[in-house]
Amino acid sequence: MDFINHQLFIKDINVHIDPILPKKTAIITHGHADHARFGHDHVIATRQTIDIMKIRYGDKCAKKFTPLRYGQKYSIKNFNFTLYPAGHILGSAQVLIEKNNHRLVITGDYKVGKDETCKNFKLVKCDTLITEATFGLPIFQHPDPKDEIQKLIRSVKINKNNCHIVGAYALGKAQRVMNLLRQQKYNETIYIHGSLEKLCQYYSKEKINIGKFEKVSSKDKSFYEGKIIIAPPSALKDRWSRRFPNPIICMASGWMTVKQRAKQRGIELPLVISDHSDWNELLDTIKKSKAKNILITHGQEDALVYYCKKQNLVSKPLSIQGRSDEEIE
Amino acid sequence: MKKFSSLLHNLILTPSRNTKIKLLQDYFKILDINRAYALAILSDQLSFQFIKASKLRELVYEQVDQHLFDYSYDYVGDLAETISLIWPTNKEGKSQNLSTLIENIKKIKKSEINTEFSKVLSELSNNERWTLIKICTGGLRIGVSERLVKTALADLYNKSVNEIEEIWHGLEFPYENLFQWLKNEISKPKIDFKKLFHPMMLANPIDEEKDFKRLDANEFQAEYKWDGIRVQLMVSSNSVSLYSRTGDNISSAFPEIIETTKGDAVIDGELLVGGNFKPSGFNDLQQRLNRKKASKDLQKKFPVFIRAYDILFYKGKDLRKLSLVERRKYLEKFQKENTTNQIDLSTIINFSTWEELTKYKNNFYDDLNEGVMIKLKNSEYLPGRKKGYWYKWKKNPKLVDAILMYAQRGHGKRSSYYSDFTFGVWKENELVPIGKAYSGYTDKELLVLDKFIRNNTTNKFGPVREVKKEIILEVAFDDVFPSTRHKSGVAMRFPRIHRIRWDKPINEVLSIKEFKKEFKID
Repeated sequence: MDFINHQLFIKDINVHIDPILPKKTAIITHGHADHARFGHDHVIATRQTIDIMKIRYGDKCAKKFTPLRYGQKYSIKNFNFTLYPAGHILGSAQVLIEKNNHRLVITGDYKVGKDETCKNFKLVKCDTLITEATFGLPIFQHPDPKDEIQKLIRSVKINKNNCHIVGAYALGKAQRVMNLLRQQKYNETIYIHGSLEKLCQYYSKEKINIGKFEKVSSKDKSFYEGKIIIAPPSALKDRWSRRFPNPIICMASGWMTVKQRAKQRGIELPLVISDHSDWNELLDTIKKSKAKNILITHGQEDALVYYCKKQNLVSKPLSIQGRSDEEIE
Repeated sequence: MKKFSSLLHNLILTPSRNTKIKLLQDYFKILDINRAYALAILSDQLSFQFIKASKLRELVYEQVDQHLFDYSYDYVGDLAETISLIWPTNKEGKSQNLSTLIENIKKIKKSEINTEFSKVLSELSNNERWTLIKICTGGLRIGVSERLVKTALADLYNKSVNEIEEIWHGLEFPYENLFQWLKNEISKPKIDFKKLFHPMMLANPIDEEKDFKRLDANEFQAEYKWDGIRVQLMVSSNSVSLYSRTGDNISSAFPEIIETTKGDAVIDGELLVGGNFKPSGFNDLQQRLNRKKASKDLQKKFPVFIRAYDILFYKGKDLRKLSLVERRKYLEKFQKENTTNQIDLSTIINFSTWEELTKYKNNFYDDLNEGVMIKLKNSEYLPGRKKGYWYKWKKNPKLVDAILMYAQRGHGKRSSYYSDFTFGVWKENELVPIGKAYSGYTDKELLVLDKFIRNNTTNKFGPVREVKKEIILEVAFDDVFPSTRHKSGVAMRFPRIHRIRWDKPINEVLSIKEFKKEFKID
């Protein structure tokens, strides 16, 4: 595993995985802003991740793009790269790197649970596993997202004179919430913040069922009574939200597990819907991967490192710069 | 249990007082025994003897690795929530009644507590487990005061909060007489008056222009208005208790009063800090507030006394229908019987014209009173804020111009506005904050300030924005004290924004030295 450093940089062939700064060759696991950045010479990723990067940063956000299908092998010198579904958001991938006889998997952000908005997670056996740990504490045991979305639907039914503004990250979470609503037979138009529009259109084009949606416009206040509006979390407390009638502030995120966090953020209806693995899924993946060497990144590493060591696995945290708790999408 | 735990869950998350009241009412509408338990829990009158925080930790360590628990507790910061989330069983358990559950827990023997209580925790859902642990550790901290519970009940059954407050402390679980009376099935429960909290008589602010023309000065007497906390002291041969203005029992925090008072009476007064009946300011009083107990050291460092205003009962006799002047005679009698250092009488100011009173109101600038109370001499003791009997006349507020330094968003309805403002004065070439205010401005001024802040942010510290130093706020405040906690060395009492001073350049704002000199702070 000596061929990759703690910044996920492979020096021998000058390749980075999810680099923060512009680099020569970048393999991108998925389109979230803390992974996919503007300005690389050569981007290698799934077709959807490349599409999403172009939507967010423009067609010229990299000089050259190489789209890979899931399972398709790509070689640079004696390194073989293969992308596998990560189940995180549309286009998200894990990266398998093979060199000589060593198999190393970088999970990127992933979740094991079912999700209609992307290909489901595929377990890849390996010798070294670099796993994320966004929810790497045993308090995080995600409930069934269907039950969570039902809470929203019930609240909409009861509070007819209010509108519900759901905070959800613009890429991935917003569309997942919409899809979950559709799965639960919520068939009304869903209203979205302007910053979600292009991504929602893209998801629709990719045949993800998010149903009918419309950008919020300056209509009469009462128009939005009884409606569901989806907006990025930053808009919840912004001037933008003043235009709505008696809004009930909701938020779809794994962080909503902790009531005190929800309260601090002024969330009245927390929806525990996560696109990351919970504690049990992290442990399960570590076990099933058969890896003997576990590196942990992105989030609450300490508890997971402690757990792995107790299981006699070699484990240490990777401290990747520029990423911090709760800013992760 | 499911219903009650989702009530608590919703109460903790809603910022709106009205929504909280509605949630409480929806719960109390359900007519079964569970609401008595709920009422006991919400008014902090239910606890389990054997199950405290340390016991809960012991139990959770039996279930999960101690290190993993500690990492999690570090992250969550709340014991009840950490335990409820980390507990290994995580299914919706079989649903139990709140009442059955509590009675079953009460039956657990001390020797079996580890296995039996763990079993209970395992059978609950996450949220129910959280609720139960909150009940065990006491102090729900869900943003619901006893007063709010009373208000919710009063509104639900068309009673006045005062009526409920009056009998509240004489009520006992399971409160059947309360609920029956609320539904008008029986008359108001009769309760030993010594146990009762009697809602206090409150004053209205005086309207200098209208009221002084209308009212005859000869019919009124005045007293100084003291800046402590209003209390009701109940004394009888076998017990002494002290209540706050809202009817919370605060006896345990002021043992020196409880231990030394003798007699048989109900007294209305102001609790103040200071030795030899010299009040030393609200800042010192704060050292004694919001504590469950007071150590000997604290009692010595911040001694308290009661400045008595009025008397409601004396030796079993209800005096409330008597006039203020008549009651005063009884009050003096009571005070003579209590020659301790704990109770003195509020001084009566005699005056014949309103102009004369003005002198008293403002002359006592250095003293620690807030102004004067004007009371109708023949007023009965009436609960609540009735018009025409008692008035308060506050001193003119102190004013200072200060520079807006930082702003933060407000809460609830104001959460999209920058409405909490920190302002400061000069210290050499820098600014040093002297206070924080979140009221006093008009809606229009708030919009202007909000816009200014958004367009002129120079720095962000978490939720706090630092802004360009160009807005001057005229800040009104009741008083200012020396403080070791603040960088500026001063702490203001009730600062609010009086107006925005567009006319003044920032270099004309005082320095902290000048500020301290002007308001006489060493």
